[in-house]
Amino acid sequence: MASDAINYYRNNFLKEVEANVEEGAWVKMCMQCGVCAGSCPLGNAWEHTPQKIFMMIRAGKRDEVLSSDAMWMCTSCYNCIARCPRELPITHIMHGLANYAHRLGLAPKNQPTRKFATMFWNNLTKKGRVNELKLGIALYFMNGLVNGIKVAIKAMPLGMSMMKTKRLSPMEILGGHGIKDTSGFHAILKKAREIEDAKMKKFD
Amino acid sequence: MADEKKIGAYICKGCGIGDRVDTAQMVSIATRDAKAHVAKEHEFLCNADGIKMIQDDIDNEGVNHVAICACSRRAKVEAFNFDNVAISRGNIREGVIWVRPDTDEARETTQEMADDYVRMAVTEVKFMERPKGNEEAVYNKKLLVVGGGVSGMTAAIEASKTGYPVHIVEKTAALGGAAARMYKGLPMKAPYDAPADTGVADMIAAIEADSNITVHLNSTLTKTSGAPGRFSADISTESGSTTTENFGAIVQATGYSEYDASQLPELGYGKASNVVTQAELDEMALAANGGAIKTKDGKDINSVVFVQCAGQRSDKEGHLDYCSGHCCQTSIKQALYFKEQNPDVDTNIIYSDLRTPGVSGEDFYRAGQRNGVTFTKGEVAEVVQDGDSLAVKFKDLILDEDTAEKADLVVLATGMIPNGGVNIDEVGQDEPGQFTVNVDSILNLDYRQGKDLPQLTKGFNDSHFICFPYETRRTGIYTCGPVRRPMDGAQAIEDAVGATMKALQEIENAGKGRAAHPRSGDLSYPSFRREGCTQCKRCTVECPFGAIDEDEQRFPQFNEARCRRCGTCMGACPVRVISFENYSVDSVGQQLKNVDIPDEFEEKPRILVLACENDAYPALDMAAMNKTEYSAYARIIPVRCLGSVNLIWITDAMNSGYDGVILMGCQKGENYQCHFVKGSEIAHTRMSKVDDTLQSLSLEPERVETYEIAITDIERAPKLINDMAETIEKIGLSPFKF
Ligand code: SF4
Ligand code: SF4
Ligand code: SF4
Ligand code: SF4
Repeated sequence: MASDAINYYRNNFLKEVEANVEEGAWVKMCMQCGVCAGSCPLGNAWEHTPQKIFMMIRAGKRDEVLSSDAMWMCTSCYNCIARCPRELPITHIMHGLANYAHRLGLAPKNQPTRKFATMFWNNLTKKGRVNELKLGIALYFMNGLVNGIKVAIKAMPLGMSMMKTKRLSPMEILGGHGIKDTSGFHAILKKAREIEDAKMKKFD
Repeated sequence: MADEKKIGAYICKGCGIGDRVDTAQMVSIATRDAKAHVAKEHEFLCNADGIKMIQDDIDNEGVNHVAICACSRRAKVEAFNFDNVAISRGNIREGVIWVRPDTDEARETTQEMADDYVRMAVTEVKFMERPKGNEEAVYNKKLLVVGGGVSGMTAAIEASKTGYPVHIVEKTAALGGAAARMYKGLPMKAPYDAPADTGVADMIAAIEADSNITVHLNSTLTKTSGAPGRFSADISTESGSTTTENFGAIVQATGYSEYDASQLPELGYGKASNVVTQAELDEMALAANGGAIKTKDGKDINSVVFVQCAGQRSDKEGHLDYCSGHCCQTSIKQALYFKEQNPDVDTNIIYSDLRTPGVSGEDFYRAGQRNGVTFTKGEVAEVVQDGDSLAVKFKDLILDEDTAEKADLVVLATGMIPNGGVNIDEVGQDEPGQFTVNVDSILNLDYRQGKDLPQLTKGFNDSHFICFPYETRRTGIYTCGPVRRPMDGAQAIEDAVGATMKALQEIENAGKGRAAHPRSGDLSYPSFRREGCTQCKRCTVECPFGAIDEDEQRFPQFNEARCRRCGTCMGACPVRVISFENYSVDSVGQQLKNVDIPDEFEEKPRILVLACENDAYPALDMAAMNKTEYSAYARIIPVRCLGSVNLIWITDAMNSGYDGVILMGCQKGENYQCHFVKGSEIAHTRMSKVDDTLQSLSLEPERVETYEIAITDIERAPKLINDMAETIEKIGLSPFKF
């Protein structure tokens, strides 16, 4: 066991996080007081509290961190940021970690918030505007057909009144409206992705 | 005759006293009952006119004993300060009108209270003499500093800068102490973000260049005798030659020894290669002198694990159960040695609680984090050899799992053990006249009470660590640095400055025959009547400050300059032959006897309260400021220390017909608050035996109570008085009324 431990508690994963994760440079400043863990309204519902995630990073537990569901569960309530005595931008680090894990393809496969986030992104980037009808339907059927019908029936009155007040158009189902220069928008996104990829340092 | 006592009693009508009590009656009580030669009332005694009235009587009427019946003795001290007279104070304001309701029913008992305090003040001053001062006082500006480490060198430099000549006695062949074996020290200046020069070389240079400082290397003290102002020290070199020097005061800065890490085989020390202590790593770093630190066998170091609290803060047999305070920061410092050299070296500090007291504190911790030092909350189980390197097995307390890390070097944060000399409770003193040198002793005092400073716990010397940390229980000998409590270099420097200041103050005080803390400036000192002494030695044994020796005929020999004027000896003496000019068995005993005790048919009990002047009495004064009422039957007499309470006072009170007695002293025990360290404890022990006396008088034990009172007990202290009044109501009046 001792010999497997060779990479634990080394700076390697910490350095990777510092290089590739938004606000990652703050992780080393955590003093493990546990205030964030105690403040997070969802703390006990996840695999790992922010405190633990930061310790795991320092312990070099790359796989466990990147496949954790913790950062996907953050609701951005900012309780932890407001309270952290070391002033770590915890919420941002959590989202940064989620994004990094997603890009590396290591994030948990069926994690619901991740699934929704992917859906939202794909919906948004298609035409530059969110197609609420399609997004809503996709969301209802996220967990299968039968479940989707149930949820859709339940939400029907809401949809009807939204239509009445012109908040939702049934026409959107045909493709919906978009921005003027969709291809320009896609070019911007592509360029941004290139820049991001170039910035990303290689770690295995 | 010039020495004839002429007592003037002065009764103030100000602060509402005149509205509440009949001061004219008090004037007549002062002369008629208490036999003052002059008694006057004044509208406003502390104003210029009132002061002038008293001064005129001193100048023109020959008044030389003054009883001021006004506010508490703790108030208006500057105003009521007359030269060349003895002064007592009757507490009519805080002691009477502020603690009693202004009602018709209360008027009579309030007046009785005031009358009694007048009787008491006049009686007290009648039994007081103005202290003449100590004629044997010696002024010697020379300071002896024992130990040439950072603390000792600081003490020497500071004293010399202030104009006092210094001798340093250092056991080893060089100045510098533990810090001289370090590569760098903790940062002492903002931004506290990197290891800094220890300053040792500069200090040594300053001392070598200073003609006011004499250094004795390879030397120890083989005998220290005398008292503040007239210490005599035999300084002996390794080769055996001895010189004797006289000093005014002593600073003991003998530092610490490192805990013996070979007691920690589970952490690999002495078993696995490349497990070192912090001190050893610092020596390695010093040898590398800024270059890469290598293992003893010359290999590169790529990963270092620091094990905090190695053999410390642990109840295990042979471990230290305290925190040495500096080692968390020392590990940060040492991790930064590696990071400064090469940021890719992995450094992991495994701690259970990271403690960073001192100036650099949190800032230095952050600096460690910023530089990539890993901090892991964990508990190291063992360190074992793993091939070429080491495996550190530990429990990660955050991730709650047993894990391990490989490391090229493991550093153990072992603790500090004070170099306090011998424990005088275990190693007693030789018989008088048969002094032998003890090689383990630091000071080799020839005091009757033992060769070194008394220790409080774990070998650290006893000091009132909350209020007067540098004062030891041997007046004129001050400690600083890790011999006093565990600390880092910056704290030791600060500590040494403080202790030196106290030592210089004591040189000045001793020169003028004045007491040191807490009765600083007091010119009185105890004397004893040789003819009456039975040589029981109680005074010698109980004096908390080791002020009393024995002469050739085995009589107590008081060393005034070592005395702190607590009166514990006076309380101890069974034949009551010890007294101060201004504080004696009579000055208190006669006061309590002169209180008017109503006969049993009046149903007015009397409660005697003997209250320590340091905490309990101020607490009662403050209760009075808050207008907290307490029983009109209480008569309160401040005492210097509960230790000065002689059992005769209790017996006298009982025989005079008091119904209850309350003793109020400071907290005793290991976390004592007693200003005289042992006084309160000794009093409690004495009082535990008072039950027998009460029984022989067929009195209930509840009539005498002893309490520990803090200065903050401003609600509790009056309540205890009221509780006693209730108790008396329950058990009835004392049968000893006349
Ligand atoms: S912002 Fe996120 S991590 Fe922080 S307390 Fe809220 S939910 Fe928890
Ligand atoms: S509150 Fe801040 S310092 Fe404390 S454990 Fe959380 S991140 Fe770390
Ligand atoms: S007054 Fe106190 S310090 Fe002085 S000799 Fe007596 S017991 Fe010792
Ligand atoms: S306590 Fe009194 S009797 Fe005993 S040795 Fe001291 S002075 Fe003498």
